[in-house]
Parts: sequence; structure tokens; C-alpha cells
Amino acid sequence: MSASAHRSFAISRMAAITRTTFTELVRLKVFYFLLIFALLLIGNSLFMARLSFQQEFQVLKDVSLGAMSIFTSLLAIVATAQLLPRDVEDRTIYTILAKPVPRYEYLIGKLAGVLLLLALSIIAMSALFFVVLFTREQMLVNETVRGTAGLPPGQIEEAIRSLRASAFNTNLIPGIVIIFLKASLLASLTLFISTFATSNIFTVVVMVFIYFIGHLQATAREYWLQEHGAGWLAKTFLAFVALAFPDLQLFNLVDDIVAGTAIPMALFAKTGVLGMVYTSVYLFFAWVSFHGKEL
Amino acid sequence: MIRGPLVVALLLSFGALRLPIEAALTAQHRSAYFHQAQLGLGLREQVGQLGFLAALSGFRSLVADVVFIQAHIAWERTEWGRVYLLFREATTLQPRAVMFWDMAAWHMAWNASVAALHDPTHASDALRHKAAEEYFALGKDFLERGIKNNPDRPELYESLARLYKEKLDDHAAAARCYARAAALPHAPEYDKRFAAYELSFAPGHEREAYAALRALYDRGEHERLPTLLKRLKYLEQTLDIPLDRRIPN
Repeated sequence: MSASAHRSFAISRMAAITRTTFTELVRLKVFYFLLIFALLLIGNSLFMARLSFQQEFQVLKDVSLGAMSIFTSLLAIVATAQLLPRDVEDRTIYTILAKPVPRYEYLIGKLAGVLLLLALSIIAMSALFFVVLFTREQMLVNETVRGTAGLPPGQIEEAIRSLRASAFNTNLIPGIVIIFLKASLLASLTLFISTFATSNIFTVVVMVFIYFIGHLQATAREYWLQEHGAGWLAKTFLAFVALAFPDLQLFNLVDDIVAGTAIPMALFAKTGVLGMVYTSVYLFFAWVSFHGKEL
Repeated sequence: MIRGPLVVALLLSFGALRLPIEAALTAQHRSAYFHQAQLGLGLREQVGQLGFLAALSGFRSLVADVVFIQAHIAWERTEWGRVYLLFREATTLQPRAVMFWDMAAWHMAWNASVAALHDPTHASDALRHKAAEEYFALGKDFLERGIKNNPDRPELYESLARLYKEKLDDHAAAARCYARAAALPHAPEYDKRFAAYELSFAPGHEREAYAALRALYDRGEHERLPTLLKRLKYLEQTLDIPLDRRIPN
């Protein structure tokens, strides 16, 4: 291939890196966590028989969405943290970068591999969750129909309508998309950290700290912006937290969705766009940190 | 080696750019009553170290559910003090879950109060009644705090109305609660009717109750339910309404 024929940006090269990254991650048997997720749902359902249907659906949704959020966040951090160190250790990175593959393509391909894994995981968990939710809903509808035989049809319809409303809420779907975007943000940030980290463990530990601080970033931002009379040292610290860390609390919409709060679609859209911006910007920072790095 | 400072500068500049956007989004969340749990010392004391850590990491709801399940088990064992403390934790962690407030109030005002009334360890009848009244007050407190956190949901107003009606024998207050529930969007149609029924039981509110019930009656056949007709008849007699203005038998 002549130098002029070489394109500076090729989807096919990135797709190859994405495919390899995804295959490597799958070989690490990361999908075993789906088994834990399924066991959690089944274990949860055994306890549910003791609760009323509103309680049952609330707990089922909270546990399922909470578990989805934990698993995807963990997967995003742990899977991404080992990408660069593993490639360096296996010397695969030298083979790839010795070829005419720009470093940004390498990074985009790596991140896309993790995002593909996260997307498939969340689709599998959502499918499992909706199957359990609809199965329980159907069982309860049948029980209600049997238990209310003889009542006026209007009352039976009202009971079934209330039962169905407790089970499925259309906001659940954008809520799950937001969980995915939060995990994407974490993956991108982990990739950025791993470009200058000294080891895999260092990246994971730093990301765990960022995860906790990110959930308190909004509090730090408010204290900083609202002039609480703190000293300059405290103010500088708060400003640093507010500027350097992402606000992860903004992506916790599922708590309120399960509680029954009606969330406007515009708010979902804004949160979604913010998640995508975060992911892209952290990927850009990863490139800035990685492009001149001596390997 | 300018890459390090460059990355830090970019990170902070990005932070400055997104600051107003995030602040605006947080304000929008607040206006929709999201994220009401205040992460303060009060919460730390109530939920313990592990719960607080989980609340910090964005799993408030999940921790609240675990606490709720513990409360449910405590209820099955009739450990009323524990039921109270656990529901206080669950409602602090997830104040937007109407069900937690409702269940907490129900356990206190209906279950714990009845258990206190039949408590064989209390020799005195007066003490048993006093204990029951304290549980009514705890139930009422849960509902009132629940309403403060969820002013847009009619369910807790309805529960408070039931508590006033069945436990505190205050029909006028029950009527006010039903009326407030009826004024909210998505409130069931019966709230307005129940407000009028309760008013008809409240001494000194007969005229007001008559006007409300008559207005409902005049809306048409679908409102003319047995209880409405019975209370309207009763008020017509009590207020001595002229025969030509009374509803047909």
C-alpha cells in the first residue's frame, strides 16, 4: 500500500481493534456476572411472595436497576483498566502501533470494544429483568382476576389497571439507557486514567475514588458557588472537586423512576447528551495524554 | 514534558464549561423533587456506616429497599420499636417512595397502636391508651413528613385523611385532606366525594357538607351513589331543607 493511499481515519481498522478487544474481554468470562444477576432476581422473587404487589414491584425494580448500575459500572472500570497494561504486557501494542494505525484509532477501537460489551450486558440484563417483571405481572393479574370474580367489571378493570401501572413504567427504558451512558462515561474516564497510570490496580483504585467523589460533586459545587463563608483553602479544594470530577449523581435517575416520579423526556435527553459529551471529552483527553507517550 | 499540565488545564477548562450546565440540570432535578435525601450527619446516624457508604455511591434506593425488607421482618416479629427505626431509615434514604411513608404510618397507627392497646404487660388501661395515642401521633408524623417530600402525590393525603377519620375521629381534618388530594392532578375521582362525606360527619360543618354533596348530586347519575344519597338525606333532615328542594326518595 502506498503512503498516499493510507487514510488517516479508517473505520475498518478501528472495527478490527474493537472486535479484538471485545473478543479478549469475552474470553475473560466477564458474562458470568449475568448468572449472579439472574440469581439475585430469583432470590428476590422468593421473598416477594410476602409483600403486596406495589411493594413487590418496587423492590424488584430497585434491586434489578441497582444491580444493573453496579454491574455495568464495575465492568466498565475493571474491563477498561486492564486494556492498556495488558497490551503493553503482551507486547500487542507494539505490533499494532508499529503499523500505520494512529493512536486515536487504537484508543477509539479499545473504548468501542468495552462499550460493545457494556451494551450487550445491559441488553441481556434488561431482557432478564423485563421477563421477570412481565411474568410476575401476568401471574398477579391472573390471581387478581380469580380473586375478584363476582365483582363489577369496572372494579376488576381498575384493579388490573393499577397492578399494571405498578409493574411497568415507560420511563424504565430511558432510565436503563442513562445507566449505560453512566457506564460509558466511567469507561472513557478509566481509559484516560490508564494512559498515565503506573498499573492496573492504580487505575481501579483511582476510579473507585472518582466514583465516590463523583456522587458528591454536586454538593461540593453548591458549597463552592453559594459562598458559605469557608476559608480560601476549603474553597480551592471545593472548586477543584467541582471542576475536575464528573457529576455522577445526575445520572442516578432510576431511583426516582422506581419511586414513581414522572420524568420529562427533555430531561432524559439533556442527561443523555451530557453523558455522550463526557464520554467524548474524556476520550479526547486520553488521546492528548497518550499520543506522545513513549511506550 | 508539557503533556501533564496540558491535560490538567484541559480537565479544569472542561469543568468550567460544564459547570453552568450541570448546575442548571441539578436545579431541574430539584424542581421535579428528585434526589431529596440530604446527605448529612442525620442520615449517617440513621443508616449506619455501610448504608451511608451505599447512599454516597448512588445506591440509596437499593439500601432503602434492604432496610424496608428488614422493617417488614421486624413487623412479622411484632418488634414495634425496630419497625419504627427501620422505617425512619427507609424514608430518609428514599423520601420519594410514597409506599414507604404509607406503610410506616400504617404500621404505627393501625398495627402498633392496636398491639399497644392489647399489651398484657401494661396493667393500666390508661397507659395502654396513652401508648396507642403515641403510635397514632407517630403515624401522623410519618404521613405529614411524607406529604412535605411528595406534595404532588394524592396517596399520602388520602392516608392522612383515613388516619384522621378512623383513629383520631377528626372528620373535618379528614375532609380537608381529601379535598387537598382531590385538587392534585391524577387524583382519583372519589377524593372529592370522600371529602364531602367526611364533612357531613363533622359537627358544625353541615351546611358546607350539604352544599358539597348537593353539587355532586347535581352533576348527574354517575355521582348518585348509595352513601352520597344516604348522607344527603340525613343532612336534608338535620338542616330542615324545604321539601320542594329535597332530592326524590
